[in-house]
Amino acid sequence: MSDKVIIKNLNKSFPGNNGQLRVLSDINLSIQEGQIVSVIGGSGCGKSTLLRILAGLDTDYQGEVLFDGKPVTKPTREKGIIFQDHRLLPWLTAEENIRFSLPGDVPDKNALIQHYLDLVGLAGFEKTYPKQLSGGMAQRVAVARALANKPKILLLDEPFGALDAITKISMQDELLSIWDKEPITMVLVTHDIDEAIYLGHRVVVMTPRPGRIKGIYDVELNIPKSRTGLDFIKIKEVVFQEFFGASGSPFIYNI
Amino acid sequence: MKFFKNKTLRFWLISLILPLALLGAWKGADLLGMLKPYTMPKPESVIDTAVELAAAGKLHVHVLSSILLVLKGFLLALAAGLILGVLIGLSKRIEAFFELTVQIFKPIPPIAWIPLAILWLGIEDKSKLYIIFLGALFPILLNVISGIKNIDRKYFELAKVYEVPGMKLIFRVVLPGALPEIMTGIRVGLGNAWVCVVAAEMIASVTGVGYLLTYGRSLSRPDMVILAMLLIGIIGKVMDDGLKFVSKMLTKWNNGEEALVR
Ligand SMILES: Nc1ncnc2c1ncn2[C@@H]1O[C@H](COP(=O)(O)OP(=O)(O)OP(=O)(O)O)[C@@H](O)[C@H]1O
Ligand SMILES: [Mg+2]
Repeated sequence: MSDKVIIKNLNKSFPGNNGQLRVLSDINLSIQEGQIVSVIGGSGCGKSTLLRILAGLDTDYQGEVLFDGKPVTKPTREKGIIFQDHRLLPWLTAEENIRFSLPGDVPDKNALIQHYLDLVGLAGFEKTYPKQLSGGMAQRVAVARALANKPKILLLDEPFGALDAITKISMQDELLSIWDKEPITMVLVTHDIDEAIYLGHRVVVMTPRPGRIKGIYDVELNIPKSRTGLDFIKIKEVVFQEFFGASGSPFIYNI
Repeated sequence: MKFFKNKTLRFWLISLILPLALLGAWKGADLLGMLKPYTMPKPESVIDTAVELAAAGKLHVHVLSSILLVLKGFLLALAAGLILGVLIGLSKRIEAFFELTVQIFKPIPPIAWIPLAILWLGIEDKSKLYIIFLGALFPILLNVISGIKNIDRKYFELAKVYEVPGMKLIFRVVLPGALPEIMTGIRVGLGNAWVCVVAAEMIASVTGVGYLLTYGRSLSRPDMVILAMLLIGIIGKVMDDGLKFVSKMLTKWNNGEEALVR
């Protein structure tokens, strides 16, 4: 498979109170087409910054970031991004929000919008305003909006971070079933180890100050994926050790 | 629902108390013989004057001519305020270009323009339109600008991600995002426009409620003056109510009460 994204020697600083604040340090990462890569790390380690650079929302960095072999210089519809907040326009209904994101020359917009609202299980909520939707429903509209634009890569910034455990699990499964139908390359930023392992084909572990990649782990889980199987537990322990050191994992086996 | 209805009804009933009390005091003073017709008429004579003017077909002419003038000036100000406001709100350079001028012209009361307006534009409608226009322009313009500036930047970022073209950005993000503040500006603007038309008509005019007021003064007829004042107040309130309703309709998405899932 070919590399969809290549990140080479990426460094990023923000101007801080006393000089430059190094946020990303020497990031190297390649992402293959059709792969789901989870990026996990503590708060402030530069995950969102990395994602914004990939999306083209921040172009002030050193190093190389290639998408389809070309440098990323600005945001495009090809690079779908799902923000941590759903970022629906509050004055537009679910349907209008998706329509807003579509280019002018898409044929049969109504059918397209309906298709993606159905896909995320929101048939019947076309005319609903964001305020009238629950957090999980709004986030699903955001997913539908991103998918309707047929992105070549989907960048997700803690998309389910604010959801309750049950909604979160069903959204994760929904995302996987969408991927099964159409294997889009995805980069998923999360601070939830279970989510990273469950959704990712690879898990990138980052550490803060400055943000760097500490390790990359391949996840080879059986399909259908399991959240409680032995494989899952094994990988989880490896990732845990990466964070907390080899001595005494705080993890309790319950099988 | 029933509770809500009762609450509105109660609100209305309470709000009627003071006007009725004032009216009662007025009538009471009349019954006690405290009123002199040439300084303060009795309440009925104001009504009589209204009926008399209406029967002569003059009342609606005055009212309509003022309202029409206000609407014209207000709509011109609305168009100018929206276009200029969007440009200034979206571009730092255009903002810099207008900043100082707007700051200096803003504190000048529109009525202060009357002498020049009459010199330049004559005593006909044009000069009055100009005053009304100025009165409505600034509140609208300033609210459009601040409304746009208060839109969360994240929506502009979103528009970038989806490569939304300029016009679509204006109509789908900028104007709706600034709408609550724009509506405030519009209400203040229309209120100002109404004040301005009365002031302009009092100075040079042959119709309108402002004219009715000066006419009443020149005839030493306080009943006519009071009638004109009441008309100004009532029409102003009704126009504002209309805008309040429009505003509510346009910002339905923001109404807390309807935030129920189907
Ligand atoms: N616009 C900015 N200006 C200055 N510093 C910034 C800016 N954005 C982020 N930072 C800094 O960069 C660092 C990384 O921020 P980032 O948002 O990428 O973290 P994160 O890993 O996404 O954290 P979280 O899990 O809390 O979302 C933080 O220390 C933050 O203070
Ligand atoms: Mg973040």
